[in-house]
Amino acid sequence: MNSSATFRIWRGDAQAGEFRDYQAEISEGMVVLDAVHQIQARQANDLAVRWNCKAGKCGSCSAEINGYPRLMCMTRLNDLPLDRPVMIQPLHTFAVLKDLVTDVSWNFRVKKTVKRFAPRPADAPDGTWRMAQADVERIQEFRKCIECFLCQDVCHVLRNHQLMDQFAGPRNYVYAASLEMHPLDTQNRLADLKDRHGIGYCNITKCCTKVCPEEIHITDNAIIPLKERVVDEHYDPLAMLLGRLFSGSRNKANTRA
Amino acid sequence: MRQAAAVAKEVRFGETARRDAWWASPLAVFLGLCAFVVYTTWAALQGDHYRFGPYVSPFYSPELWGSSGAWFGPGRPAWYPRWLFFSPALLVLWVPAGFRLTCYYLRGAYYKAFWADPPACAVGEPRKHYWGENFLPLLIQNIHRYFMYLAVVLVLILAKDVWDGLWFTSPSGAVRFGVGVGTLMLATDVSLLVGYTFGCHSLRHLCGGRVDRISECPLRGGLYRCSSALNGRHNAWFWASLTWVGFTDLYIRLCAMGVISDWRILF
Repeated sequence: MNSSATFRIWRGDAQAGEFRDYQAEISEGMVVLDAVHQIQARQANDLAVRWNCKAGKCGSCSAEINGYPRLMCMTRLNDLPLDRPVMIQPLHTFAVLKDLVTDVSWNFRVKKTVKRFAPRPADAPDGTWRMAQADVERIQEFRKCIECFLCQDVCHVLRNHQLMDQFAGPRNYVYAASLEMHPLDTQNRLADLKDRHGIGYCNITKCCTKVCPEEIHITDNAIIPLKERVVDEHYDPLAMLLGRLFSGSRNKANTRA
Repeated sequence: MRQAAAVAKEVRFGETARRDAWWASPLAVFLGLCAFVVYTTWAALQGDHYRFGPYVSPFYSPELWGSSGAWFGPGRPAWYPRWLFFSPALLVLWVPAGFRLTCYYLRGAYYKAFWADPPACAVGEPRKHYWGENFLPLLIQNIHRYFMYLAVVLVLILAKDVWDGLWFTSPSGAVRFGVGVGTLMLATDVSLLVGYTFGCHSLRHLCGGRVDRISECPLRGGLYRCSSALNGRHNAWFWASLTWVGFTDLYIRLCAMGVISDWRILF
């Protein structure tokens, strides 16, 4: 590995900014965040970067490295071509606060609009529930989400078309799926997903799945199953008829309690 | 939900900071689909050389009307418009075509390859407006599950064709069991189509995806797990089955035209 490399880092705020080149010493095992920290310590003390765990579990150090959304702490330098400057810029989709730090608060505001978890009445007198492992396996995948918002950043509905007022984005669909598919949950979020959260805008490009550092199958296991449930209740006349004849066909928790 | 301080960054078509060959995958999809559509259209419009011995081309099966071996007899159906070109394949191909065109995997792939919406992840698009699948015409993609029902029936019919492909008629008129290269090609074709069709997202949903407490129905749970296992490689099944169905038609066509001979492994 080379002993030094050039890092082209975006510096600025919401109004203006530019790329600046920095040289950093590199060694075996370094990740991009190590290099950014070194630059911050030695050359640019005012460089703003959000980070926390440095282990790919807090979701703080999201950025675009050579144009691709990644966690800086999980991107090893020996996986990058170092013969050219490594380009590091803030998430494209969200407003820049300073340098590599963006305002991702919109994601949390939208998350609050998803109907809360509403469990059926307790199964046991002590107020506890009983669930089969097979029923919760599917949603356990969704619990791995670290809210890095790389999926929100790469989704072209938000990134290129800025449909923030009509489209909730992959992260919030994963959250909705974790509640909607929960074996104890009694809520129906499908009308919201169709209208308020605009799941129909997703055209299944799978970019969200490709960038997910937790390797959650966002499109196949969360978005498409939700789309299919929306079709059941809003577009498929046969399923709508069967749904009326057999109201418990979805096996929702409220049919049991 | 409007983001208060969003910085609107204009990105031109194809503009990106990515340094990898992001254009390779959509280009491969574009070329692959174009090649298949051109060949399939040509083969479907031939209306001939689709049967050889016990084999029938998957493009023409089930043969509802057409040759003497058709389900409902030779010739074209009475309701078929006189002015419209007739080929037995045209009565069948709309089912797999509709199934594949509305397939969740292919939708994402051809939106990129043919409509550049987007051309690739984190790459600029040519248009500013966007409707997605929220409005017509793309709202019609929700019909996918109905094509899936028909595709399952079609796969069963193609499986029957494999069985028929095991029985060869000798010059004396005797029917004997045998296995030819064509039989193996038909069997492989059905196997790949099973992998593709039974891993369909809509079928997976029907099997158990729509149920929150699947443990209460072990049969659905088993079907859901099987479908999910196939679904994990849905794109691979798509391309493998698409390619093989074309090769199978080509093989039977070349045999029927006398260009090549069917090599018998048994019989």
